[in-house]
Amino acid sequence: MSFFQELADRERVFEFLTQVQSPVDVRHGPILYLEDVNVSFDGFKAINNLNLTIDDGELRCIIGPNGAGKTTMMDIITGKTRPDTGSVWFGSRHNLLTMNEPDIASLGIGRKFQKPTVFEALTVFENLELAMATDKRVFPTLTALMKPEYRDRIDEVLEMIGLKDLRERLAGILSHGQKQWLEIGMLLMQKPRLLLMDEPVAGMTEQEMERTAELLTSLAGKQSVVVVEHDMGFVRSIARKVTVLHQGSVLAEGSMDQVSNDPEVIKVYLGEEA
Amino acid sequence: MWLTRPLQERSTQIFLGVLFSALVVVTFLHVVMPQDSALHVSAYTVTLLGKYLCYALLAVAVDLVWGYLGILSLGHGAFFALGGYAMGMYLMRQIGDRGVYGDPVLPDFMVFLNWDSLPWFWHGFDMAWFAFLMVLLAPGLLALVFGFLAFRSRVTGVYLSIITQALTFALMLAFFRNEMGFGGNNGLTDFKDILGFNLRTDATRLGLFIATGIALAIGYVICRGIVTSKLGRVSVACRDAEARTRFLGYRVERVQLFVFVVSAMLAGVAGALYVPQVGIINPSEFSPLFSIEVVVWVALGGRATLYGAVIGAILVNYAKTVFTGIMPDAWLFALGGLFVLVTVFLPKGIAGLLQKRSKARADDDTTTGQEATV
Repeated sequence: MSFFQELADRERVFEFLTQVQSPVDVRHGPILYLEDVNVSFDGFKAINNLNLTIDDGELRCIIGPNGAGKTTMMDIITGKTRPDTGSVWFGSRHNLLTMNEPDIASLGIGRKFQKPTVFEALTVFENLELAMATDKRVFPTLTALMKPEYRDRIDEVLEMIGLKDLRERLAGILSHGQKQWLEIGMLLMQKPRLLLMDEPVAGMTEQEMERTAELLTSLAGKQSVVVVEHDMGFVRSIARKVTVLHQGSVLAEGSMDQVSNDPEVIKVYLGEEA
Repeated sequence: MWLTRPLQERSTQIFLGVLFSALVVVTFLHVVMPQDSALHVSAYTVTLLGKYLCYALLAVAVDLVWGYLGILSLGHGAFFALGGYAMGMYLMRQIGDRGVYGDPVLPDFMVFLNWDSLPWFWHGFDMAWFAFLMVLLAPGLLALVFGFLAFRSRVTGVYLSIITQALTFALMLAFFRNEMGFGGNNGLTDFKDILGFNLRTDATRLGLFIATGIALAIGYVICRGIVTSKLGRVSVACRDAEARTRFLGYRVERVQLFVFVVSAMLAGVAGALYVPQVGIINPSEFSPLFSIEVVVWVALGGRATLYGAVIGAILVNYAKTVFTGIMPDAWLFALGGLFVLVTVFLPKGIAGLLQKRSKARADDDTTTGQEATV
């Protein structure tokens, strides 16, 4: 009987009605918060009690030897891999472990893959068009029209990534570095709060690397950026704070100088190169 | 509007122009030319052409999912046959008491099997609107359920192709059984009339041919509307980089499901128009071989162009008619040989050849290196 009374209560706001895309809550500082995360694949511990906090607007570099769990960590944040235990929060409101990839993406987490992944059969312009933050359900997409403000937004991003003259080219014929930029551009079109970049300068020339560094540092502040990179020179040029991963957990954290003088780090990572 | 956008596009205008001129010319040659004239098109040929147009619509449906979504369906014959069976059931009910056994309600094969009442799923098929709705709904629902399960589990590539193949094979085995209530291996045949028109008259045959042509035109415009919309570009994105598309925030499985269901419905319409023209529907339409043949038409004509699928379907089936007349045993070898030759020398099919030509001409006309992608 109480069930019917509850239904008849006209003052009541049902929970499902209030769950409209609530904005990310960063009042407490961190935009991304990983706590005690564990993942194992067939007994191999890829992520081992990982704790990581990224502040809003921060530019963070994550380094670590091969197999340190960098890519797995990104998979967890974007919803591709589910951890065995632990919690992952975006702001202090969104539990990422309960969401799937498209939901996480539309919440404002953009991801750049290790290998540049663009839609090769579409033009540069179309690639950015698809990435634009709009209604991405099936029927709105079917009836979507190109509006002037969308065009302006795409032009703006084309300018930022320096591909303005190539807008009508097929993405498949771009050079490796240009594809990397296009992919970064696609992330920017999504207006993300947090950008995850898996080796953004892999295969780039010195010049291209410099431009990418400029682009990334200009983004920080407006967006939070997490860069996973192998290239130490590049990390040194952009990083304010560096996290070193080793065997699935954080080994050291701090400025580049602090980290590179840490004896533990030298032993497991920098030492390998020497 | 996404549906009217293709009408402003030159390639669609050309396609519709050619299609409608062909309809007019065939009608003219059939109706006006005297019987003994060399230019007269017989009712037999009209029906044959109508059959080709049905195949063309089926090929367009396959090209939509294969060319633009990257789903190689080896089971589209199943949707074609389901549409055909829905139409066949309507035509059976239209026979009424004119059957061999003269039962006012039960089709002949049910009387033969000593059934005393209609199975539940045969009810309603005496009404044309219901049957025509089923032509869309039966294949559409099957595609919806099948696609929902397959795409949600992220089954793709070869595995998906094999499952579609299994689907059509399973349906073939099921429809072969008399207990299924669809006439067993004889299928449904001996149709008398459709919407009150006698199926044996030349006028009805011509009408069906024209209706098929119009259905092909509409189906083509719908597909073109989808592929030129933003959703079409998202489909291509799913085809080429599924994970990327997902991380952009698109629900890949829903895009796939939508396009797959539309394609299945078009295949159903093709099957429904096919049945009254050939006069029979039986489980052999479910045969995996037929579905594979459809894929060959599309490959020959050129993937991801839509008009290529139409060209491929018509050419291959014309060749089939000619070949099976001269050397029935050699046809499959000829088809196989043709497939190999085209894959090696014309990887983009006949449409690719046409595109290359028009591109070369465009490059001659203007010095700007603008992409002439159709």
